[in-house]
Amino acid sequence: MIEVKKLVKRFGLKTILRGLDFSVEPGEFVALLGPNGAGKTTFLRILATLSRPSLGAVVVAGYQLPNQAAQVRAKLGVVSHMPLLYPDLTAEENLRFYGRMYGIGNMEERITEVLEMVGLENRRKDLIRTFSRGMQQRLAIGRAVIHDPEVMLFDEPYTGLDQDASEMLDEVLRSVAAEGRTVVMTSHDLARAEELATRFDILSRGVITASATQKELKKTNLLAFYKQALVD
Amino acid sequence: MANKSESKKQKAESLHPSFFKATLAIIQKDLSAEFRSFELISAMLVFSLLVIIIFNFALELDIKVRQSVTSGVLWTTFAFAGTLGLNRSMSVEKDRGCMDGLLLAPVDRSVIYFGKAISNLIFMLIVEGIVLPVYSVLYNVNLFRFDLLGVILLGSIGYAAVGTLLSTMSAQTRTREVLLPILLFPVAMPVLLASVKASNGLLAGAEFAEVLTPINLLIVYDVIFIAIAFMVFDFVVEE
Repeated sequence: MIEVKKLVKRFGLKTILRGLDFSVEPGEFVALLGPNGAGKTTFLRILATLSRPSLGAVVVAGYQLPNQAAQVRAKLGVVSHMPLLYPDLTAEENLRFYGRMYGIGNMEERITEVLEMVGLENRRKDLIRTFSRGMQQRLAIGRAVIHDPEVMLFDEPYTGLDQDASEMLDEVLRSVAAEGRTVVMTSHDLARAEELATRFDILSRGVITASATQKELKKTNLLAFYKQALVD
Repeated sequence: MANKSESKKQKAESLHPSFFKATLAIIQKDLSAEFRSFELISAMLVFSLLVIIIFNFALELDIKVRQSVTSGVLWTTFAFAGTLGLNRSMSVEKDRGCMDGLLLAPVDRSVIYFGKAISNLIFMLIVEGIVLPVYSVLYNVNLFRFDLLGVILLGSIGYAAVGTLLSTMSAQTRTREVLLPILLFPVAMPVLLASVKASNGLLAGAEFAEVLTPINLLIVYDVIFIAIAFMVFDFVVEE
């Protein structure tokens, strides 16, 4: 579903990604872990078509980037630590706007379906600025799945959430992944990543330094694996 | 399973909203948000009214003097109030990351430009629609003439066209409030000069044929600015 070869990203003289190789099979849930400044967000922005690769090949859902970016965007859902929602619009107005931008049919039916999925059906007429951070983040996931994408990218979705909100977000993430979507998530919350993901990749200094599936990890824990990968 | 993935693929491939519908969605979103908060229009309006009131006290009461400065006062007001609106309109998208939300839509990126430019134009026209009658009363000048309103419309189109492009660029910097006027005024100068010249001529009682040159210039600049913005917007929003 995602195939990245020898990806390089430079900002001026600074090289962020240094020949990164990465691939994800359909239906996989990959947690991309790494220290601050490792290039996780930059990498996700390239996959999301928001940034151009300097060198290398990136294929998402069978389409090449950056040349077929519009086709890729139709198959992508992106959630970042910012909700990408308009505070002066209601929950359903936000979803309707994004639905129109994606040209989806059966709009009202789909909005109700998505609001039920993220547990905000009873707040559909409320303005986003009255929502808590956790509710905004749940609606952000609703916004990202409004067009039923095949690939979901989550960039630090737990940032700024308390324990209750994080648990609710876990449920929403599970239901998103349960529908057979391919998911790539960056996170610093190792415990949550361990529960949700089926594979763990460690990104450090612009390259993937280690990778392990959930089965392989059973012998050790994710924290030990993460620390070892950074030492190596 | 194969059927399910096939139907998903077909569904994703059918996600191609028309240029017109996506542009309309952005305009409606901007208008709905603004008519709920009035943050942008109220800032532009208060600034505009303050400017024309200050000029009202500063200028001589002589009606001829007032008529001769009308186009200058009006376009100074519209230009600075427009800059306030342009800054606010784009910072709403940038500060909450909503620009990324727009860029993620499977549409041509010029849709975002046209949607935002038309919204900005509508906000400018609303403010102008309130300022003009107030100005007419305070300065005792009749501004409600089709030819003059046409010039104001053409000038506003050019200003919003180039302003939306440059505000998209300046919104990505920390000093956007300062940077936008510095970038915008030199580039928009041909539009402002042609607008002032045409308005001045019409208010001085010149025949329409006599002000045709600045009006033609305005039309040409509008077309050029819109065409350039359409071509380069993709590069402006790209990382």
